[in-house]
Amino acid sequence: MPWDRNQMAARAARELEDGMYVNLGIGIPTLVANYVGDKDITLQSENGMLGMGPFPLEGAEDPDLINAGKQTITELNRTAYFDSAMSFGMIRGGKIAAAVLGAMEVAENGDLANWMIPGKLVKGMGGAMDLVAGVGRVIVVMDHQNKQGKSKVLKQCTLPLTGKGVVDLIITSLGVLKVADGGLKIIELADGVSEEDMRAATEATIV
Amino acid sequence: MQKIYKSAAEALDGLLHDGMFIAAGGFGLCGIPELLLQSIKEAGTRDLTFASNNAGVDDFGIGILLQTRQVRKMISSYVGENAEFMRQYLAGELELEFNPQGTLAERMRAGGAGIPGFYTATGVGTVIAEGKEIKNFNGKDYIMETGLFADLSIVKAWKADDTGNLVFRKTARNFNPPAAMCGKVCVAEVEEIVPCGSLDPDMIHLPGIYVHRLIQGDHEKRIEQRTIRAA
Repeated sequence: MPWDRNQMAARAARELEDGMYVNLGIGIPTLVANYVGDKDITLQSENGMLGMGPFPLEGAEDPDLINAGKQTITELNRTAYFDSAMSFGMIRGGKIAAAVLGAMEVAENGDLANWMIPGKLVKGMGGAMDLVAGVGRVIVVMDHQNKQGKSKVLKQCTLPLTGKGVVDLIITSLGVLKVADGGLKIIELADGVSEEDMRAATEATIV
Repeated sequence: MQKIYKSAAEALDGLLHDGMFIAAGGFGLCGIPELLLQSIKEAGTRDLTFASNNAGVDDFGIGILLQTRQVRKMISSYVGENAEFMRQYLAGELELEFNPQGTLAERMRAGGAGIPGFYTATGVGTVIAEGKEIKNFNGKDYIMETGLFADLSIVKAWKADDTGNLVFRKTARNFNPPAAMCGKVCVAEVEEIVPCGSLDPDMIHLPGIYVHRLIQGDHEKRIEQRTIRAA
């Protein structure tokens, strides 16, 4: 059985260590916050906040308090606010230990594409290019294949890149792959997924 | 030195001209200078270039200036959530320059700090690097980005004192300080102007040296994505 969204998020949460400052992207990465358990993790929201809390209870929404996905959120007793220049200063400056991001394509050399499909409506890269260029570790969480059943883990990305050689770890519905010399190394397989299944579903070189 | 004006229109008087470059604060609809944008709409100034992280929604934020075709170009990192923007962009009526969000913030900050260019690893090996100088520092490539120097900055803060010292509230700070810094003139709209001496000098987020004109007004503060958890 391949992993579902929550299982992928839970697996990504295991990569986070006590004391880390972490940025979570939109989609499956947002779910990672539900699985950090007792670990002391401080979430960064790149619109200018460290120490992001859960969504508010009804009636407690504050228009001045949103996350990078523009959703209403809450603060914690450790929260700090700052402006966008400082926010990306800490991202670009390598102060954020890890980012967990979604992707359209990842290549075996660590190239990442997650912002644009030529010919389709382009909304913009937001903070994704800054995050992948700056944070300590980039963890991608995504379905292994697209809706047409084609591998999203490729020898080379076909879409415009978000960053070149930036991905460290890929967590997909089929397992966990690490970017290594000469290709990707299998770190873990989802329950019931064999190495043959993983190889057959992956276009990238597995070493 | 009188910085306080009665209305947005008075505060913008003499500052607007067709073809000008405006830097605006805000992230999504959070912390946007909604009163000043409305006033620019009423003034009818055209061919505007905006440096702003987003372009608002169809009927709020910079979106209201798109409806009236007052905007020629946007410098932004993300422009979803706005159908009229997409229509004008796809029809070739609107120019768009995508900047990575951190690059946009730093371009504003740098411009305000008198730095005409800087190097960043953001965008190396992507379309963002095309046509830009690449320089290697300690074995790693960086691209040169330029500082932004706007004709006018428009920002929103929570509180100001008479001299324009500003305090922001929560994540509504976002792009407002760097946007305020990079303009020749900065007009700020706030929820409350308080007398000098009532703000703690250690708690000022943006010193009044960056703020030239000031208005107080009522803000709608619209929420873009109201999200709650179960009780």
